Amino acid sequence: MIVLEKINKTFRVAKRQAGFGRAVKALFSREYEIIHALSDVSFTIRDGEMVGYIGPNGAGKSTTIKIMCGILTPDSGACDIDGRTPWRERTAHVRDIGVVFGQRSQLWWDVPIIDSFELIRDIYKVDGKIFKDNLNELTELLELRELLKTPARTLSLGQRMRCEIAASLLHNPKILFLDEPTIGLDAVSKIAVRQFIKKLNAKRGTTVILTTHDMNDIEALTERILLIGKGRILLDGSLDELKKRSSERKTLIVEYSGNAPALCEKMTLSESKEGRLVISLDPADLSVSDAIARLAEQTELTDVSVSGVTSEEMVAALYKEYSI
Amino acid sequence: MRLYMKFFAMHLKSQMQYKTSFFLTALGQFLVSFTTLLGVYFMFSRFNIVEDFAFEQTLLCFAVVLMAFSMAEMLGRGFDLFPRMISNGEFDRALVRPRNVIFQVLAAKMDFTRFGRLIQTIAVFCYAIPTSGVIWTFDKILTLCLMVACGSLIFFGLFLIYAAFSFFTIEGLEFMNVFTDGGREFGRYPFSVYGKNVLMFLTFVIPLALFQYYPLLYLLDREQSAFFMVTPLIGLVFLLPCYGFFQIGLRRYKSTGS
Repeated sequence: MIVLEKINKTFRVAKRQAGFGRAVKALFSREYEIIHALSDVSFTIRDGEMVGYIGPNGAGKSTTIKIMCGILTPDSGACDIDGRTPWRERTAHVRDIGVVFGQRSQLWWDVPIIDSFELIRDIYKVDGKIFKDNLNELTELLELRELLKTPARTLSLGQRMRCEIAASLLHNPKILFLDEPTIGLDAVSKIAVRQFIKKLNAKRGTTVILTTHDMNDIEALTERILLIGKGRILLDGSLDELKKRSSERKTLIVEYSGNAPALCEKMTLSESKEGRLVISLDPADLSVSDAIARLAEQTELTDVSVSGVTSEEMVAALYKEYSI
Repeated sequence: MRLYMKFFAMHLKSQMQYKTSFFLTALGQFLVSFTTLLGVYFMFSRFNIVEDFAFEQTLLCFAVVLMAFSMAEMLGRGFDLFPRMISNGEFDRALVRPRNVIFQVLAAKMDFTRFGRLIQTIAVFCYAIPTSGVIWTFDKILTLCLMVACGSLIFFGLFLIYAAFSFFTIEGLEFMNVFTDGGREFGRYPFSVYGKNVLMFLTFVIPLALFQYYPLLYLLDREQSAFFMVTPLIGLVFLLPCYGFFQIGLRRYKSTGS
């Protein structure tokens, strides 16, 4: 169980100014800017939950993760993770968590992966048998068998990410923090990583906290999302709820041969090309089937596709709504 | 300690991936300190005696400091690269592992090319120990061991301060080299040759003289008191503020994250 209560964190950042004269001046007197990285952040995450933590760059995602990992001490507020305060009982706390920083590696560059794993085993003092079972399981799920004997530097990004994830799970953590785990991966690797995380959560009941910019990650993995912007938690709810909350409008793409059909006033034209129309409508005013029927009366439709709002668009709309 | 050996093995494996580079660097290290040795040699071929110390006696000094330094460096190379560890976020990784932070910094980097230097100091010892005119009784041998051991710990303390500074700023840390590399270079002569003020500074502020000059006097029978034999141990007190400073830095890091 993770409980954050009114966590505040400010940073003092030296202002940097352009120009040589000002740079010299800055040597002697620096101006500081106070940045409120987090203001009154509170949330609770139950054991075994998978939570997507989203927000634009600089919103405070990493700061929150760092506080939960015990790397940073907040200015005020309380954080309780399985009965411990991360920054006070660092060593005991980190034994129960696994962290994957998508852009940094914890594997040794020049030695075979298995050697890195064995070193991690010794760092965490994992029992020999548990380690073996764990390793077998992870090797199977993440298809690492061929990779274990190769040094990290010869692996592709996707292969390395799979190894990274395995590396942070060797000590059976109860909570897994994933900081942009799919960044830069190809489609196949992304899907492999997502599937694995899902399986892990179902099988071991590991709590997963995921930050990402890829909405597909969120869609595939998490039921709950936390939206943070400018250091505040703006939304906390399920993806579906959010989708409902945001506009219900549907987009209708039709291709036709023959005369261009006339639109009624409940349809809004958003794009028109020879033989192709993109129409947006609100199903409350006009149902999709009615709309298609009306168009079909007038011309020969060759292709019709309907789409709702994508998660990507929804999040963009949310960011806009909160102007973050 | 077992874990440290594991790290040791990993580093050795990593560095052996690039064997040519490894041996060339080791050779380079050897040559660099060899020129220092030549410097001492030529100095004495002109003057015979510097401040009452004969060539062989100075060599003893040279070897002690160089050995202490290279041992500290081999062990504490992680501190040298610590600013980089902070800036690329590797240090955060250390913080999410259930081990002592200083230990992890130490284990993060070991540089075996420093063997080049170590081999040379051993060679110098082999020459200086029999020729320095010291009658090697048990207490003299003990003193020499203390000099090297405490010396490397004191250099180690300096590295720790260097690392602690990088919690505050990543730039402009070169001034610390005055004490680390400087200590090594100037330590080839007994510190008294630099005058009283320098000696005082190196006794009470940065206690390099405590493992070099004072016990050397004991070795050469210029001082009889056993006090001069244990001065290196007194120098270890220096480690306390070093450690304290590092902890302060760490606390600051945890509150600013940069």
